[in-house]
Amino acid sequence: MSVVVDQAQSGSHKIAAPAGRSLWVTARHRLVRNRAAVTSLFVLALVALACVCGPFLSPHPFDRVYADYVKVPPQLAPYPLAEQLPPALERLAARIRAKLTASETTDDAVRVTLEGTRAIDERLLAYFERSDFFGPARVVDRQDDGKRLVVEAPIKHLHFLFGTDANGRDLLTRTLIAGRVSLAIGLLASLVALIIGVGWGATAGYLGGRIDMVMMRIVDIIYALPFIFFVILLVVFFGRNFILIFVAVGAVEWLDMARIVRGQTLAIKRQEYVQAAEALGVTTGGIIRRHIVPNTLGPVVVYLTLLVPKVILLESFLSFLGLGVQEPMTSWGVLIAEGARNIEGASYMLIFPALFLTATLFAMNFVGDGLRDALDPKDR
Amino acid sequence: MAAYVGRRLLAAVPTLFLIITISFFLVRVAPGGPFDLERPLEASILANLRRVYQIDRPLYEQYLSYLWNLFHGDLGPSFYWRDFSVAELLGKALPISMRLGATALVLAVVVGGALGAVGALRQNKSADYAVMTAATLGVTIPNFVVAPILQLVFGLGFAWLPVGGWNDGAWRNTILPIVTLALPQLAVVARLTRASMIEVLRSHHVRTLRANGLPMRVILRHALRGAALPVVSYLGPAAAALLTGSIVVENIFGIPGMGRYFVDGALNRDYTLVMGTVILVAVLVILLNMAVDLAYALLDPRVRYD
Repeated sequence: MSVVVDQAQSGSHKIAAPAGRSLWVTARHRLVRNRAAVTSLFVLALVALACVCGPFLSPHPFDRVYADYVKVPPQLAPYPLAEQLPPALERLAARIRAKLTASETTDDAVRVTLEGTRAIDERLLAYFERSDFFGPARVVDRQDDGKRLVVEAPIKHLHFLFGTDANGRDLLTRTLIAGRVSLAIGLLASLVALIIGVGWGATAGYLGGRIDMVMMRIVDIIYALPFIFFVILLVVFFGRNFILIFVAVGAVEWLDMARIVRGQTLAIKRQEYVQAAEALGVTTGGIIRRHIVPNTLGPVVVYLTLLVPKVILLESFLSFLGLGVQEPMTSWGVLIAEGARNIEGASYMLIFPALFLTATLFAMNFVGDGLRDALDPKDR
Repeated sequence: MAAYVGRRLLAAVPTLFLIITISFFLVRVAPGGPFDLERPLEASILANLRRVYQIDRPLYEQYLSYLWNLFHGDLGPSFYWRDFSVAELLGKALPISMRLGATALVLAVVVGGALGAVGALRQNKSADYAVMTAATLGVTIPNFVVAPILQLVFGLGFAWLPVGGWNDGAWRNTILPIVTLALPQLAVVARLTRASMIEVLRSHHVRTLRANGLPMRVILRHALRGAALPVVSYLGPAAAALLTGSIVVENIFGIPGMGRYFVDGALNRDYTLVMGTVILVAVLVILLNMAVDLAYALLDPRVRYD
């Protein structure tokens, strides 16, 4: 403590030192100059923003089934298509137990003439509203004791920018919701791995000796287990729920983190500044907080950015096999699996989710690489 | 060397033991059983079945008898494919998975190594950028996306190759699965080769060779040998990744290999089949890692195992 006071007193006639650049400031400068990393960050932000906010803006709930729009291809113009209407009107007329004798379609509404053998039950006109094509129907004219009705119904215009899936659900909304799930699992499971890994590694590294040996031997043994197989077993046998996936994935991925942190801790522990701090009587906790943890942070952050895509991939892999997220909830892996099943005739069902997943993974890898370069102290 | 191999094998015993124990109890403690059908069996029949397959005894007894049988090389009968033993099933599945995996590994090393070398020799030129972009894509696109796309393009689009099925191992049926398995590993090998090759090309001994005006052929031989080290050390993880990848690839292409048996076995609660697969995979990974470490010592005279 007295050292600090001395410095403050002698500060009056000291030459101003040049402003030091911390590791993080330098790293930020270098990251900003890395064009691939900045572009990737931008892409990631865009994907994240779309997945978080998109579903609120979308007119379709992610689990709403449009029975009349099963597997319709993506297009910018609104549905329904002109050729979808006549057969739909025929079907409606049949349900209302009448014959369709005339129909006239404009952009926003349809006017049809229905003829029945008996008086038409007007309550049956509710079928119009129940279909995905039309709004509530209104009787314009009754003729022939109600055996002939002229009915007008507005056309419901719906946009399916990414098309719909095999159940007639909007693929855009589903892709975004799936992104939420995938990103959430990626981040949370990585966090689990981070906490376990840093705790385990720092403890082993700092305490050293026999404790270190035992702890790292445990890591070695777990490392040799065929982990994917265990995760699959776990998920198959103990139900397919969200939390279990977190735990399973997080429990798999902490091993590398523990090794990295332990290695860093071992190296830092022997540095002169740590010895100086020890000589000055700083407590063990203080040393860990002030010197060890901040200095392991660089590799940990880099590893974390590379871990998140790995976890997302693992989750998609499980979901692809049908062992991960369950319907009606969805994740990119689930959507890709569905797309793969419908690849003949509806290849867009594979392409859109695959594009989102790949772009995200690609961007995350670039950001990780960029961070690694930016934080590398050897390369200034 | 022999002593080293012996020590490694000895060290593998507790690991294997742990794997067997964990998977045994994980499988048995789980809810549901191998004889749970949509329409429940009659109680007396179920009891008989459970007695025949010896799952009515206390857990520790089952565990000990499983270990005892395993020690004698008996993996037990399959609970789902009732007429087969696990050893028979895996005996059919293993060669299939091995054939796919080994071909994919060779493809990845040869093509990936060549691409990486091209990238290093033409560093920062367009060929290099093309190789590296392709490699990054190859690493990031998961195989369960690659497989359907390959099926779409080559199976349905051009109709050159069958979309799936094994067909007793006809070569046309193996191409798409092998390519799917190989691509991610190929990309990693290309990146590794490029990075280490760039380093080797800058090293003193290669510079000396160049300064002495030796032909490119000779220089390349020296450079490739040095560059091969990180690739060789990656082969262990690569083989493990191929085994994992086979789960997806065999499911997509409908190939009766180990990955398929594993997933089906897990879904059917086929206790013995699942454990047999896990044990076999673990043994394979352990042996492969050992082989890689030995190969490393052969390639790099600085590494010695005593």
